[in-house]
Amino acid sequence: MSAPGPVGLVARLDGARVVVCAGPGGVGKTTTAAAIGLALAGRGRRVAVVTIDPARRLADALGLGTLANDPERVAPDRLAALGVEPPGELWASMLDPQRTFDGLIAELSPDLATRERVLTNPLYRQISGAAGGSHEFTAVARLHDLVADERFDVVVLDTPPSRNALDFLDAPDRIAGFLEGRAVQALLGQGRTGIAARVARRGTGLALSALQRLTGVDVVRDLATFFEALGPLTAGFSARAVAVRAILRDDRTRFVVVSGPGPLPSAEARFFREHLRTVGMPFTGLIVNRVEAVPAGPERDGAAVAAGLSAVLGDALAAKVGRTWDEHRERAARDAEAVAELATAVGDPRPAVVAALDGEVFDLPALAAVRDQLLAG
Amino acid sequence: MPEDLLQRRLVVVTGKGGVGKSTVAAALGVLAARSGRRAVVAEVGRRGDVLDTLLSPADRPAGGATTDDDDDDGFVERAVPVRGASGTLHHVSISPEAALREYLRDQLPIPAIADLLGSGKVFTGLTAATPGLRELLALGKVWELAQPVRRTPGAEPYDLCILDAPASGHAVSTLSAPVQFARTARVGPVARQGATIAATLGDPAQTAVVVVATAEELPVSEALELEDALGGRVGIHVALGVVNGVLPDRFSAADRDALAAGAPHDPAIAVADVHARRAHDQQRQLARFRRGFRRPVVTLPAATGRRLGPDDVDALADRLEQGLRRLRADGPGTTR
Repeated sequence: MSAPGPVGLVARLDGARVVVCAGPGGVGKTTTAAAIGLALAGRGRRVAVVTIDPARRLADALGLGTLANDPERVAPDRLAALGVEPPGELWASMLDPQRTFDGLIAELSPDLATRERVLTNPLYRQISGAAGGSHEFTAVARLHDLVADERFDVVVLDTPPSRNALDFLDAPDRIAGFLEGRAVQALLGQGRTGIAARVARRGTGLALSALQRLTGVDVVRDLATFFEALGPLTAGFSARAVAVRAILRDDRTRFVVVSGPGPLPSAEARFFREHLRTVGMPFTGLIVNRVEAVPAGPERDGAAVAAGLSAVLGDALAAKVGRTWDEHRERAARDAEAVAELATAVGDPRPAVVAALDGEVFDLPALAAVRDQLLAG
Repeated sequence: MPEDLLQRRLVVVTGKGGVGKSTVAAALGVLAARSGRRAVVAEVGRRGDVLDTLLSPADRPAGGATTDDDDDDGFVERAVPVRGASGTLHHVSISPEAALREYLRDQLPIPAIADLLGSGKVFTGLTAATPGLRELLALGKVWELAQPVRRTPGAEPYDLCILDAPASGHAVSTLSAPVQFARTARVGPVARQGATIAATLGDPAQTAVVVVATAEELPVSEALELEDALGGRVGIHVALGVVNGVLPDRFSAADRDALAAGAPHDPAIAVADVHARRAHDQQRQLARFRRGFRRPVVTLPAATGRRLGPDDVDALADRLEQGLRRLRADGPGTTR
């Protein structure tokens, strides 16, 4: 059962091989990914959580010191304290785009010379570094590796915290399409018709001469050298892209949209949901974080609260408590409305709602508290 | 100094994702319009976050602000109403694709050839493959908007362009694209343009960065890193820090003790206690930000509305103005 429906969110993740958490930045997506990992480990799965940009204290909380590109296992005794018993396991890692990209090049290079040519190319350093897009691309590259890794039953993937986060869904298609496309073929060419040769001969096509005119001859020459170096890897890239496409569209892959109740995150969450529809990927469910809970107890306003407490607290403090109470009730009512509206908009009749916590989540018990709310949802 | 913020030609607003950059950019736009300026808020490659907050629902284009997007040939510089302003505010959304087409039309003598190239797969593929070129082209358009004499034929100049920049990491790569290009391309028109844009960005009299954060650990850390990266490596003047969503710190330590001793089962006391703790944590992060950030810092209250609309942006602009005025009153010595 993976479609949004009457079953709680974590139950919809049963049997999943991959769980992708998508959503806007600043809504606690990384924490959610870790909490989902903890929940699935509690259901006996061996889980690898890949985070993009975790708080250092989250790593500390997991007892890992730092998170590295290779998953590290959270100590079983720490998990046992949270009710996670074998065969459940939790592993965590942090995406390192540079190392992942280098690893991919090493793996796909037919020989050592090709590999060195690519890795030492100055444009490669630029493309594979922090430049926009590489996070998306390397996230799927990493996903591919971890899905193939027999140590794990399920991989939970946090996505890059940006508006183009979902670019990674198209990344394999784009990379393959690009490498096979006419642009690169124009650059690579065959033998003496390749662009480096053509640049040298100064006889270039319209598009190339325009690009030269735009960027200068040096850039075009550097590009040509780069793609010539990359040439032998093209087939490997394409095969890899096909494999990743298959993983993302596998019926054991689940997409969870994470949001907050505020107007901007909600708008972005809808956008993510819509994007999933556009690229034809399934939507498993909605998680709304940082929702203010409606206070229990009899209905009363801040004035009544202040009047009732002034004998105990004094007028001034009681008035402040009353004002805080009114603000809180307002916010809770607003959040409840926002959650309902968002749930309808994305089409999940039973979203998981995680209450706003007192502080940020920086230890395992706090993470377990989030997990418990997800399980209750 | 931050009080001169609106006297720059270009103000770049950035910060971690989800901290409210777009609302701060919109509020700065409102302030600029109130001060009598002709200002424009530019979004890069996004879908009208700012526009949605500036327009009341009735004024929003049918189908959302998202319709006048990429495929448009030019850029829509839409005027947005600002209450009680002697100046004007405009909004524009910049897609790298449209920036490329405009740039080609500028550079190539025959418009038909420019259009042919701009819509061709080979050429757009090549442009996409050139690292930093898309960022450079988008930034080129932002630069154009900030010029006292516009390159776009017939376009009226703005006094101030406010860029609602991408989130931290992406912002650094976008803003360093001109320098990088000037360096890699060495010769050619793009290298020249890269150098021109880099000169504008690097001139503190023309360009300033506003770093936005919330009073939480990660946003503060990212804001501090941003200041280092932008102010140092990229070489753009950081003028101001804005901390968004700050709760009123209304409970003193004595209050908190009294709350703890008060009626423990009253949910209102529990709510007050949580508020006090959150506000306290925020103040700690705020203090950490002020310690680490080398520029002045102003705070903005948490937004209250279900949807952010022109009224909320107006209110935020008021608060921002008060904050800036207070900085000025405190004098230049307080740039902790």
